[in-house]
Amino acid sequence: MTVKRKLEILSDAAKYDASCASSGSSKRDSRDGKGLGSNEGSGICHAYAPDGRCISLLKILMTNFCVYDCSYCVNRVSSNVPRARFTVDEVVDLTINFYRRNYIEGLFLSSGIIRSPDATMADMVRIARRLRKEESFRGYIHLKTIPDAAPELIAEAGLLADRLSINVELPTDAAVEAYAPEKSPEQIRGAMADVRHRKDAAQDRSHRGRRPPRFAPAGQSTQMIIGADGATDKTILGRSTRLYGDYKLKRVYYSAFSPIPDSSAKLPLISPPLQREHRLYQADWLLRFYGFELDEITSTTRDGNLDLAVDPKLAWALEHRALFPVDVNKAPKELLLRVPGFGVKTAKRIVSTRRHCYLRYDHLLRIGGAMKKAQPFIVAGGWSPGSLTDSACLRARFAPSPEQLTLF
Amino acid sequence: MYHVVIPKIGAATAWRTAARGFLAAQIPPHEICWQEPGTAPELFAHTQALPPTGDIKVSRRFVAMANSVVWHRDRDRFAHLYGFLWRLRDAPHLIGDHGDPHLARLRRMEKNVHRCQHKMKAFVRFREIGDPEAPRRSFAAWFEPTHHTVEPTASFFARRFGDMDWRIITPDKTAICVDGVVSFSAGQARPDLPEDAHEDLWIAYFENIFNPARLKVSAMCSEMPKKYWKNLPEAVAIPNLVKTAPERAEKMARAAPTLPPLRAERMKERLAQGNATDGALPSQTSAPRQRK
Repeated sequence: MTVKRKLEILSDAAKYDASCASSGSSKRDSRDGKGLGSNEGSGICHAYAPDGRCISLLKILMTNFCVYDCSYCVNRVSSNVPRARFTVDEVVDLTINFYRRNYIEGLFLSSGIIRSPDATMADMVRIARRLRKEESFRGYIHLKTIPDAAPELIAEAGLLADRLSINVELPTDAAVEAYAPEKSPEQIRGAMADVRHRKDAAQDRSHRGRRPPRFAPAGQSTQMIIGADGATDKTILGRSTRLYGDYKLKRVYYSAFSPIPDSSAKLPLISPPLQREHRLYQADWLLRFYGFELDEITSTTRDGNLDLAVDPKLAWALEHRALFPVDVNKAPKELLLRVPGFGVKTAKRIVSTRRHCYLRYDHLLRIGGAMKKAQPFIVAGGWSPGSLTDSACLRARFAPSPEQLTLF
Repeated sequence: MYHVVIPKIGAATAWRTAARGFLAAQIPPHEICWQEPGTAPELFAHTQALPPTGDIKVSRRFVAMANSVVWHRDRDRFAHLYGFLWRLRDAPHLIGDHGDPHLARLRRMEKNVHRCQHKMKAFVRFREIGDPEAPRRSFAAWFEPTHHTVEPTASFFARRFGDMDWRIITPDKTAICVDGVVSFSAGQARPDLPEDAHEDLWIAYFENIFNPARLKVSAMCSEMPKKYWKNLPEAVAIPNLVKTAPERAEKMARAAPTLPPLRAERMKERLAQGNATDGALPSQTSAPRQRK
């Protein structure tokens, strides 16, 4: 089998992993002329596929042979997709040559489980070691960790890679047991806790004040599939809040369950719930950067799911109109962050600009707020929403107009 | 009337030196005509000798902004910058005033340049032009940036590709890095770079990482605007991917579930016994059996 054919099979098999981040790792470069690659904090998206997702890393599976039978997965043992397996040399060669041509920021390596979890993890670590030690590669490496691999392999993986990730797969334990019979939710959580402890331990200085080598400097992340089981958004957000708290995750990725080639009869094939995935990410951001509490977001949900027609911040504001309109010249930053249409940057700019002058409506336009959305919720120089804030048809201004049902 | 020509290469330093002199000598903006090389001098503009550069105090935030804005394509960028610098003399707080229209315009220009730099870091595509076995490999790229961003972005490539030689050729300027030292020369016409076999692999990767069930063309185009496509090797695959996606997604949905391959049962048994062996079994090419 040619490398090209392997690449086709093993990238096709890797596309259901949503993460492509290459940001937030330790700063390094190759100005000394003895290596290749750099990492400057922010990631770079080198291309975009027609599905709107960025391509930042060479995202491939080492092999898509797998002994597990997870119903949602294209690589499960009972699937008839073509199989392939890269050698260590092939992965190293592709990564280095793609990197030199400025196609990618680094490597995202995942794998099906072959032979045993330890053997698979050992092969992945060997690839990372070759890249770092022999090729002096200083770009980004993300390794998908196998939950039940030996601790010493995880320890080495964390020293070589920028980020480690372990997928929790599905939002509830019951769903994991039903659809991924060989995986154990406790074991997955145990592995995440292990990564967290190793990362914490790597922060401690020795008695001489020396720091140990950094462990997975870009942190760990996880992914769960949305829409394959019956979990509500309330359950999902509750689970991710605990994951962020318990394991100090950098990101939880939500991946809308999407039709796969040669799917299992166990799961219905529906078009992927992309809008739901989008709303979950918005809620996730509100929880992490806007000071929202979990129950504030879930209290606005009906039957436990987020409103698909309007974003979660707007949904919250519509339910809490007594707090609005907010005076942009006086309100504290925490309240500005609650205004639909104002982001973290906008709130910061409002606070710094109002020290110099009285903010008028056109100032806000220049500052960069999404004013159409913010209008009913703010008071500024030359702007007052009047009765708009409390008007009964406010939601209809933002929700997409209802569609006529078709008869056929 | 003073008449200054800011050269293409080293524009940031040249503008800063000139502006420092003018400000120290208290020359107001309307007495200065800033020009790019190659433009005809203004009618009736008689040139006075430039004042010597002086020491002035300016907010660090202004300097950072000016260092980006000088690379904007707008011909009036130098004048805009000096005009704002002149106003800063009496009102230093203006640099933090997000409501000021003059500053808003400069910030917009700064943002344009930053975005252009960011896209350049992302979309430059090198081709190998030397011997792949040489101790220092060499690569070249042709790129067409929207603004004059080659010079401020070259250091990024130098930090990243420390162990290889490279050059980025643009219509406006060429950056060359040999043995870690970056130099600039005039722009060139599009060169004929040799074919690179890895481009074919990259296109194959691009085609296969795409999920046809999630077609979102507008999201792709907003982040990877069409003006860049002509220099991106993978862009040749886009029209066909977009065209065939709905059909492919529908085919996946319609396909009847197949029976698991024969090896699946054997491997499940072994896994249950706890001695799973290598998955590389020969049935990989057998056709899927259809469930009747």
